[in-house]
Amino acid sequence: MAEYIIDSYDVRRIEVLDPQGAVDEALLPPLSGDDMKRAYELLVLSRAFDERALALQREGRLGTYPSILGQEAAQVGSALAIAKVDWVFPSFREMGVHITLGYPIPLLYRYWAGDERGGQTPDALNIAPICVSVGTHLPHAVGAALAARIRGDRIAVTAYFGDGATSKGDFHEAFNMAGVFNLPIVFICQNNQWSISLPVKQQTATKTLAQKAWAYGFEGVQVDGNDVFAVYRATRAALEKARSGAGPTFIECLTYRIADHTTADDASRYRPASEVEEWQRKDPLLRVRLFMEKRGLWTEADEKSVWERARGTIDAAVAEAESAAPPEASDMFDYVSANLSPRQKRQRSEMIQRGGVEKDKT
Amino acid sequence: MQMNMVQAINNALRSEMTRDDRVVLLGEDVGRDGGVFRISEGLQDTFGPERVIDTPLSESAIVGAAIGMAVYGLIPVAEIQFMGFIYAALDQIFAHAARLRTRSRGRYHCPLVIRTPYGAGIKAPELHEESSEALFCQMPGVKVVVPSGPYNAKGLLASAIRDPDPVIFLEPTRLYRMIREEVPEGEYAIPLGRARLAREGMAVTLIAWGSMVERALKAADGYDAEIIDLQTLSPFDEETVLTSVQKTGRAVVVQEAPLTSGFGAELAATIAQEAILHLRGPVLRVAAPDVTVPLAHLVDHYLPSAERIRQALDEILKY
Repeated sequence: MAEYIIDSYDVRRIEVLDPQGAVDEALLPPLSGDDMKRAYELLVLSRAFDERALALQREGRLGTYPSILGQEAAQVGSALAIAKVDWVFPSFREMGVHITLGYPIPLLYRYWAGDERGGQTPDALNIAPICVSVGTHLPHAVGAALAARIRGDRIAVTAYFGDGATSKGDFHEAFNMAGVFNLPIVFICQNNQWSISLPVKQQTATKTLAQKAWAYGFEGVQVDGNDVFAVYRATRAALEKARSGAGPTFIECLTYRIADHTTADDASRYRPASEVEEWQRKDPLLRVRLFMEKRGLWTEADEKSVWERARGTIDAAVAEAESAAPPEASDMFDYVSANLSPRQKRQRSEMIQRGGVEKDKT
Repeated sequence: MQMNMVQAINNALRSEMTRDDRVVLLGEDVGRDGGVFRISEGLQDTFGPERVIDTPLSESAIVGAAIGMAVYGLIPVAEIQFMGFIYAALDQIFAHAARLRTRSRGRYHCPLVIRTPYGAGIKAPELHEESSEALFCQMPGVKVVVPSGPYNAKGLLASAIRDPDPVIFLEPTRLYRMIREEVPEGEYAIPLGRARLAREGMAVTLIAWGSMVERALKAADGYDAEIIDLQTLSPFDEETVLTSVQKTGRAVVVQEAPLTSGFGAELAATIAQEAILHLRGPVLRVAAPDVTVPLAHLVDHYLPSAERIRQALDEILKY
C-alpha cells in the first residue's frame, strides 16, 4: 500500500509583447507587416467605438453601456484567429470581437441604444446574439460544437465570457460537457479582474482561472490579455487543435477593466485610482505602436491618420445608426414565434389600432 | 396496432428520426439504457450514439446544449427525466429558448422539444410527481403540449418535433402504461393549438388535460357532460372551449396542479370575459390544494378524485 501522486498539471502563461514594445521573437506569430498594421487599426477602431459609445451615453443617445476600454487586445487578438466558418458565442463586452469579425458597427450602436434591430446578426456571420445573462450562453456554445461534430462540419466554436462567469453553474456544466465529449471548442475568458465591485480574488480561490479547465479534462492556459500577439498565438493554436479533433482549450486573457463596469457604475467607490493607473501603463495599444515604430513599420503620420480614419468610420456609423426610422410597436409580436396564436394576432391588431408607433421619448 | 403511451412515444420518435436526420435525442440514460421508462428503447441501436446521446447529469446543460444544437441547425429532443428536475433548466428555457427568435429577430430560432414525465400517483420520491405546467404557460415564446393517451401522444409529439419553436411536452407518467388503444403504425400529426372533443354533451363542459382526462371521462359517466381534452395549453384552443361553453352554459375545469394561479385560472378568466352572458353559474375548478405534492401515502387525498369531480358537476348542475 502507498500514498502517491496520481495526477498533476502545469499552467502555462504566454507573454510575447511587453508594455514597452519589446518582443520575444521566438513566440512572435507569423504575421506580416500588413497583418500587424491591420491588427493595430482594429485595436484603434475598437477603442474609438468605445470612446464614442461612452460619450453618446452621457448625452442620452445610448442606454447603459459596458466599456471595453483596456480589453481591446484580448478581443481583437483572439477574433483575428477566428475563421469565417467558425461560430462565435459572445457575452456582452465583446464589441472588439464583433468589430473584428465584421459585425456592422451601426448595428452595435443601435443595439446599445435599445433598438432591437441592432441585434439581428447578418446572415453571413455565425455570431450568436449578445448574451447578457452571465455565463448562460456557454452550454449553447457546447451544443453548437456538438452539432457541428454530428454533422461532420470541420469548424470550431469560440465562446467568450468574463471572470465572474467562472462562478456560474453553466460555466462548469459547459466545461464538463466539452471535456467529456471532446468538443471542437475554445473557451476564452477575458479576466478583466472585476465583476462590478468584486475583485477576482474574491470571485475564486484558485491562483488562475486557466487551471479550472484541468478539472474538466482539458488544457487551460493564461496569456497576457493586453498582448495582442500572445492572445492571437494562443487562440490560433487552440482553434487549430479544436478543428483537428483534439478537443477543447480554455484561454484566460489576463487583462484589466479600465473603465467602470457600465455607465451606471462608479468604480471609484471600490477600487483605488493607483491600481487603474498601474494598468494604464500596460496599455494594449501603446505597446503595439512602440513595437511597430521600432521596426520601422509605423510613423507619426500613420498614427495621426489611423485615428482620423477610425473616428471617421465611427462618425459615419453613428449617423447611420441614428438615421433609422423608429420601429413600429407591433414589431414586438413579429419574432415571438413562427406562428402567432389567434390571441396574439388579436393583441397585435389592437396595438396597431391604438396607433402604436414608438412613443416620443419626452 | 394496440399500444400504450410508452410505445406510442417510442414510435413517434423513431418515425420522426427516420423522416428527418436533423432530429437527435439527448438526455440522461436515453441511449444505452433506452430511458428509465424505456421511451427510447432500441433507438440508439438504430440511429447510433451521435443521434441518441447519453449526457452527463446536468439538466441546465442538457437544455442549454440542446439550444446550441438547435441554433446550429439540428432538431433536438431533450429529455428531462422528471418534471421536478426541469427547474434547474428554467433559466435556459425562459432566458434563452423562449426568446432566442425575438433576440435575434429570426436570424436564429430554437426548434427544440423538451420532453418530461409529469404528474403524481406513481409512488415516487419527491420532485418526481410535479405538475407545474402553468409556469411555462405564462412565458411567451414557448408552447406547452400535454397528451392524454397513446393516440394523441404520438400525433402531438410529431407536431411538436416539426414545430419551429420550443415546445415543452409533458407526458403523464401515471398513464404511461395504464391506457392501451389503437394507434396507427404509419406517421400522422395532430396539430398543436387544437383541443379534442373527448365526449359530446349538452349540460356541462368539463375541461381537462393530460392525466386528468381519463379521470374526467370516468367521473362524468352518467352525466350529460361535454368533455374537452385541451391537448395544447399554450396556445390553447379558445374557439372549441368557448363554443362548448356557449352551448352548455356551465364550465368545470379539472386540473391536477394546485389551484391557485394554475392553468384553470386562465381558462376561467377567458370564459368569464368572452362567454359571461352564456354562463348559468360560476366557472368551477377542481384542483389539488395549494400544497407541495405529498408522497405516496397521502397523494390520493391530494389529486382531484372522481368523487370531487362529480361533486363539482352536481353543484354546477344546480344552476
